[in-house]
Amino acid sequence: MSSGIDSVLMGIILMNLWLVATSRISACIKIVAFQGILVAFLPFVAHASSVTVETSLFVLATVALKGFIFPWLLFRALREANVRREVEPFIGYPVSMVFCVFIFLISMWLGARLPMPRPVFSALVVPVSFATILIGFFIIISRTKALTQVLGYLVIENGIYVFGMALLVEQPVLVELAILLDVFVAVFVMGIAIFHISREFDHIDTHHLSQLRDWTAPKEEVRP
Amino acid sequence: MMFGLFFVPLVAGLLSFIIPWDRLRRTMLMIVAGSHLAMTACCWIVAPPTALNGWFVLDPLGVLFLGIISVLFFAAAIYGVQYLAKEKHHRQGRDEQFLFNNAPEAVFTGCLLIFLAAMTLVVMSQNFGVLWVAMEATTLVSAPLIYFHRHHRSLEATWKYLLICSVGIALALLGNLFLAVTQGPEQSSLLLADLIKNGPLLNIPWLKAAFIFLFVGYGTKMGLAPMHTWLPDAHSEAPSVVSALLSGALLNCAFVSVLRGYQACIAAGIGDFCQDIFILFGILSLFFATIFIFGQTDYKRMLAYSSIEHMGILSLGVGLSGAAVYGAMFHAVNHSLTKAGLFFIAGNILSHFRTKEVKDVRGVLRVLPRSGVLWMAGFFAITGTPPFGVFLSKFMILRAALDQGRVGLAVIFLAVLCAIFIGAARIFLPMAQGAAPEDLKNPAGKEPGFSVLPTMILLALVLVLGLYIPGGLSDLLSAAARMITDVP
Amino acid sequence: MNVSGYLNIFLALVFSPFLFGVINRTKAFFAGRHGQPIFQLYFDLGKLLRKGAVYSRTTTWIFRGGPIIGLAALLMATAIVPGGKNGAVIAFSGDVILFIYLLGLVRFFAVLAALDTGSSFEGMGASREVQFALFAEPAIFLALAVLARRTGQISLSGIYADLTFETWQIAAPVLALVAGTILIVFLAENARIPVDDPNTHLELTMIHEVMVLDHGGVDLGIILYASALKFWLLGSLFIGLVVPLRTGNAGLDAVVFLAGMTVLGIIVGAVESVMARVRLLKVPNLLLVALLLSVLALIFGMR
Repeated sequence: MSSGIDSVLMGIILMNLWLVATSRISACIKIVAFQGILVAFLPFVAHASSVTVETSLFVLATVALKGFIFPWLLFRALREANVRREVEPFIGYPVSMVFCVFIFLISMWLGARLPMPRPVFSALVVPVSFATILIGFFIIISRTKALTQVLGYLVIENGIYVFGMALLVEQPVLVELAILLDVFVAVFVMGIAIFHISREFDHIDTHHLSQLRDWTAPKEEVRP
Repeated sequence: MMFGLFFVPLVAGLLSFIIPWDRLRRTMLMIVAGSHLAMTACCWIVAPPTALNGWFVLDPLGVLFLGIISVLFFAAAIYGVQYLAKEKHHRQGRDEQFLFNNAPEAVFTGCLLIFLAAMTLVVMSQNFGVLWVAMEATTLVSAPLIYFHRHHRSLEATWKYLLICSVGIALALLGNLFLAVTQGPEQSSLLLADLIKNGPLLNIPWLKAAFIFLFVGYGTKMGLAPMHTWLPDAHSEAPSVVSALLSGALLNCAFVSVLRGYQACIAAGIGDFCQDIFILFGILSLFFATIFIFGQTDYKRMLAYSSIEHMGILSLGVGLSGAAVYGAMFHAVNHSLTKAGLFFIAGNILSHFRTKEVKDVRGVLRVLPRSGVLWMAGFFAITGTPPFGVFLSKFMILRAALDQGRVGLAVIFLAVLCAIFIGAARIFLPMAQGAAPEDLKNPAGKEPGFSVLPTMILLALVLVLGLYIPGGLSDLLSAAARMITDVP
Repeated sequence: MNVSGYLNIFLALVFSPFLFGVINRTKAFFAGRHGQPIFQLYFDLGKLLRKGAVYSRTTTWIFRGGPIIGLAALLMATAIVPGGKNGAVIAFSGDVILFIYLLGLVRFFAVLAALDTGSSFEGMGASREVQFALFAEPAIFLALAVLARRTGQISLSGIYADLTFETWQIAAPVLALVAGTILIVFLAENARIPVDDPNTHLELTMIHEVMVLDHGGVDLGIILYASALKFWLLGSLFIGLVVPLRTGNAGLDAVVFLAGMTVLGIIVGAVESVMARVRLLKVPNLLLVALLLSVLALIFGMR
C-alpha cells in the first residue's frame, strides 16, 4: 500500500462527497473539474517510473479538457441559461452524503469480490472507481437541473478514468484521444441542448421535461 | 474500399455544412447514398482486405449489417429529399396552435451523412476502442437530427436521448476496460481477433463483468427493456426519415456492438452465461413492448415500441443459439426494412393529418390511398403475417426454441406475438379505415411518388424475402450466424 | 514514577488558559487591534474566584454542583490524556471510552444545571448542546476507534505513543481523515467558530455561552477554567495526531507539544478571523461531515 496513491484516491472520494453536499452549481462545476484534474494525474502518481512522452501528452490533454475546457463550457451554459444557481436536489444534502458513504461501502465489498488478475498498485482502485461511477448515477437521478445531470455524467466519466488511467491500459494514444474527443463533443452538445432548454422553457429543470410519456390522460380538445 | 465507405459520407457531410445551395446538397445526398450502396454491394461480392493491422475488417457479420444500413440510408435519402423540400417552411402542430421552425437544412443533411459514416465505422471496426468511439459518435451526430423540429417536445426527446445513451455508452467504455483487464498482466489488447485467439486464457469473472457492462451499455442504445426509456420519445419526436434510420440502422449497430463482445465470450467458453442474459433481456423487452403497445395513443410511439419488441426478438434469437441465430440475423434484415418503410408512411400520415394521435387519424385509405395500402401492408409485415419475411424469421426462432425443448419460452414468445398483433391491429386498422375527420383541411391528399416509392421497394423486398431467400444472402446469413453461434 | 505524566498534568493545569490568550491575540492581530493581554484569562479567573456568587431561589444543588462536577471530571480526564508522546499518569486498556464518557458527564451536568435555572434561554442552549453532541460523540468515538485499530492499542497513551512518522507514511489518508474529524469535533465541542461564536452577544444564537448565563462569581470562574481544560484536552488529541515528532526525551517532547498547542491556538484564532459561523440549522450537517469522515476512515482502515 502506497500512501501517495491512496491519498489521491481518497481525495477523489472526498470530492464526490463534497459534490453531493454542495448547493451552488458553480461550485459543483469547479469540484468536478478539480476531480478531473486529480484523476488525470493518477498515472504520474501510479507509474512514476514508467512515464512516457505519450502518457504525459495524454495526461496534459486530459487535464486541459477536464480541468479547463469542460468547466468553461459549463460555465458558459450556466451564464446563458441564466437560471437560479442552486442545485435543488430531490434528495437533501445530508441524506445524499450518507448515501454516498454507503455506496462506497458497497463498492469496497464489490472490489473485494473481484480480485484483479494483474498486479495493481493499490487495492482501492476498483472500489474508488465503482463508487465514483455509482455516485455519478446517483447525481443524475437525484438532481433536477439539466446542468447537474451533465455533471453526473462527467463524474461517471471520471470514475471510468480512475479505472483506465490507474491500470494504464495499453490502448493506442489515438484511440484514447478519440475517446476524449467524443466526451468533449458530448459535453459540448449537451451544453447547446441546455441553452435550448433554457430558452424554450425558461428553466433547466428536467422534471418539467415530462410531456413525453405513455398513457397520458386524454387531453381536453381545444378546437377553435 | 473500406476507407471509401467511411470517408465519402464523412467528407460529404462536412461539405454540406458549407454548401449554400439546397439543390446541390440534396443531389449530393443522393449521390453519396447511391455510391455507398454500390460500394457495399462490391464489398459483399468481393470481401475487402483487412485494413490497419486488422483494426477494420468487413467480416460476414459486418457486411450483413452494413448492407442493411446502406439500403436503408438509400431509401431514407430518396424519402428525405422530398421531405426536406416539403418541410422547408414553418410547420404547425394541430394539437398546439403555434408555429415552430426547423433546423437549417445544411445541418440536417450534414449530420445525416456523418451519421452514416459513424454507423459504417461501427460495423467495420474490430477494435473495441474504435467501436466505442464510433457508437458514441452516432449518438452525438443523431441528436441534432432528432431536434430537427425546433419544438419543445423534440427538445425533451433529444435531451433524454443524449443523456441516457451517453451514460449507457459510458458503461460500455468501462466494459472495454474490463475486457483489457481479462487478459492477464502481460497484454491488454482490445482487438477482437486477439481476444478470440486468447479466448481460453481470459479471466472469467472479469470477462463476465465486461460482458454485462457491454451488454447494458450498448443494450441501452439498442433499446432493450428496461434501458429503453429514451427510445419511444426519440423515435416519436424525430422527423420520420430519422426515426426510420434510428430504428432500422442505429439499433442494429448497437446490436452488432453487443455481438462483438459476445464473440469474445464464446471464445472464452462462457457463451451459455451470455445466452441467459440475451434471453432474459429479450423476454423483458417483449413484455414491455406488449404492455405499451396496448392502449398506445400515438402511432409513432407504437412503432417505436414495436422496435423494442423486435430488438427483444433478436436478443432472444441470439440467446437461443443454434438455428435461432440464423433466424435472428434474418429477422434483423426483415425488421429493418419493414420498420423503415412504416416510419416513412407514418411521416406521410403525420404531415397530412398534422397529428400523432391515433384517434384523430381516420380514413387514411381514402385520403392517402397509396400510403394507406402500404400502411396496411406494413402492418401485416411487421406483425409477422405469413407471406412476409418477418413471419419466416420469427418462425425460425420459434422452431429453434421448440427443437431445443424450451417449450415454455416458445409459448411465451407466441403469446406475446399474438398479444402484439391484437394491440397493433387496434391501432393500425382504425387509422386506415373509416371516413376522414371533418376538420381535415384538404381531404384529398397529394402523394408525391418519392414519398411512397421507398416504402414500396422496402416492403416488396420483405415480401420477396418471405417467399425466397437468394443464395447469396442465405450464405451471408449463415456465415454471420456461424460467427456468433456457440458450437464447439 | 511517571514523571512525564505529571509533567502533562502540570502543563494542562497551568497553560490551558494561556491558549485562550493566544487565540485572542491572533484575532486582534487579524483585526488590526492591539488586543487584550495574553494572560487576560488568568486575571479574569483570579478576579472571579475572589467574588461571591448569587443564586436564584428556584435553583437546587444541581445548579451549584454542575460546575464543580464538570471540573472534577475534566481534572480526571487530564490524568488519562497523553500530551503528545508523553504518556498519561493513568493508562489502561479502554481508557478511550472512559475519556469520552467523562466528556459526556461534563456535558450532562452542564445541561442539567442549565435546565435547573428554568430559564427559557438556557433550556434552548441545552437542547442545542445535546443535539449537536448526538453527532459529535459518535464521530470522535469512531475516530479514536480507527486510531486504535491502526495502532493496535486501546489506551490513549498507547495509541499516541505509537503514532509516528512511519504510521503517517503508511496510512496518510486514514490519519488525515481522522484528523479532520477530530478537528471538527474539537471546534464544535469547544463552541468555537464555525459552530458557535464565543463572542456573540445574541443569546438566541448562542450554544455554550447561553447555558452558563446564570452562573456568576466562583462558579463562572470554575466554568471558564473547565472549558479551557476541555479545549486543552481535545486539542492535545489533535496535536498528538498531526505532530508525530518524537525526540525520545520527555522534556523536549513536552516543549514540542507545547509549541504545537500554541500553533493550534493560532490556527483557531485564524479560523475565527476568516470564517463566519454557519447557520444553526447547518451545524448538524457539519458534524455529519465529521461523522462521515470517520466512517470513511474506518472503511479505509478495515482492509
